[in-house]
Amino acid sequence: MVRYSVEKEYEGMIDAYQKAGGDKDVLKSRDTAKLVVHENKVLANDGIKGLKIDTVETDSGVRVNFTVEKGAKIDRPVHLCFGLLPKEGLQEIIMKVDAQDNSEVSVVAHCIFPNAVKVIHKMDADINIGANAKFDYKETHYHGEDGGIEVIPKARVTVGKGGVWQSTFALSQGLVGKLDYDFEVFCQEKAVAELVVKAYGRGSDDIKILEKIHLDGRGARGMAKSRLVLSDKARAEVRGETYGNAPYARGHVDCMELVNGKEAVAVAIPMVSVTDDTAKVTHEAAIGSIDRKQVETLMARGLDEDEAVDVIVRGILK
Amino acid sequence: MLVVENLQLKLNGNSIINGLDLHVGKAEIHGILGENGTGKTTIANLIMGTNNYRPTGGRIIFEGEDISELSVSQRAKRGITLAWQEPARVEGLTVRDYLSLSSKKGRADRIERYLLMVGMEPAQYLDRDIDDTLSGGERKRIEMASVLAMHPRLAILDEPDSGIDIVALPLLLNGIMEMNKQGSSVLLITHSEKMAEIAQRVSILCAGKIIRTGTPLESSQWFKNNCLTCPHINEPAY
Repeated sequence: MVRYSVEKEYEGMIDAYQKAGGDKDVLKSRDTAKLVVHENKVLANDGIKGLKIDTVETDSGVRVNFTVEKGAKIDRPVHLCFGLLPKEGLQEIIMKVDAQDNSEVSVVAHCIFPNAVKVIHKMDADINIGANAKFDYKETHYHGEDGGIEVIPKARVTVGKGGVWQSTFALSQGLVGKLDYDFEVFCQEKAVAELVVKAYGRGSDDIKILEKIHLDGRGARGMAKSRLVLSDKARAEVRGETYGNAPYARGHVDCMELVNGKEAVAVAIPMVSVTDDTAKVTHEAAIGSIDRKQVETLMARGLDEDEAVDVIVRGILK
Repeated sequence: MLVVENLQLKLNGNSIINGLDLHVGKAEIHGILGENGTGKTTIANLIMGTNNYRPTGGRIIFEGEDISELSVSQRAKRGITLAWQEPARVEGLTVRDYLSLSSKKGRADRIERYLLMVGMEPAQYLDRDIDDTLSGGERKRIEMASVLAMHPRLAILDEPDSGIDIVALPLLLNGIMEMNKQGSSVLLITHSEKMAEIAQRVSILCAGKIIRTGTPLESSQWFKNNCLTCPHINEPAY
């Protein structure tokens, strides 16, 4: 395996991030809280008032304790950058998040694997959102065109009374490889959870999505949304599960998969359950091809068919 | 500009368009007036090449070239475009991006102007998606703005007034006339005699065939006297 110096790794990560469309000035700014991890090395760790990021390097990755202090409102998004530049390797991120009562933070995670041929990236997160705290988490992946990567993000999220958890997981640049996404959220009284997954599967990509929301507190609300586009021989199975277990809980599962080509395979399994007679959980799941009228609408403005499909796919995954 | 000769379309053995002849001149607004089910939208699809419609007979000549077998994109690149009666909605595509696709190079800065031309406040709409959150009327006006942004040689407008409220309708009509002043030909497909008044000539469609062409006044009067009271819908007696 090729080894890199710390400086080279840091510059390499920043360059790869920029090539993927990111703004490298954000990662270099001293005013922005950030954590940059290459393989199992912490290359940068800058906290900010009200936010503490503690890390421990392990043989295969990093343990991260991410704490947003009680009442802290973090103005600028916190950037997390995880990645692996060599072709082969393993990165395991064990994350413990404690967003204390009445805190607010927005976190943008960039996962960068531009050269992956045989790479495994695992994240195991235990996340606690305190009462009336708000946590917005956006994770975007930048993969290369080899598809030799296995991504296994798993999270268990507890959202306290009146708290809000919003997460978006996006994988549309480069080949997905193998994705096994598993997020489960438990909402207490009047808590809100929104899970969104967007992915573009091509080649032989293999995608498994499980979004589970338990509405355990009175008036809790949740939405599990997924948008997938599949072409070539890509396969995807999406399970969206929502459980209305408390009075006046409201939930919705919204799954849309578009199949572009004859060999791609899409499966959607929405599951809704209600154990309280005042709770209401709904679902919609649609699998189909890209709408011909949408394509022709754009073609009638002068786009070629491939360009029109590209605009539609990018819109869905935006 | 556009010459349609003996156009025919059969679908599942049924004749939908029956030897239709039509001439649209350069910078002309040409109205097509017809009752429901006479083939108005089918003509739009045949000229634009949409909905996989290809003539089973006849020719569509645009500026001297037979375009009957060209793709939608190829026709659009020759300057033809279509505003659908019920325009598609595209999740994640903003009004700004949609109008930019239509706008020729160097004209992207005029996008706001095209929205104003159809009575829409740019600040309220540019960053909205053209998805289900727009009302039918809003989506139609954005479709019209998108056609205006394209500066087409020939705009096919399929029922542009349907779903448009009375406040926005004059703006829409002005937009069509402005586009026409700038040199675009317009094929205005409608069942509204009022709408057809802005045309220079109006043809009446029945059972997939043009049965009469005249001034808007003559054609509207004839349409009112004959088509609106016609007991044999789509079986022309003329």
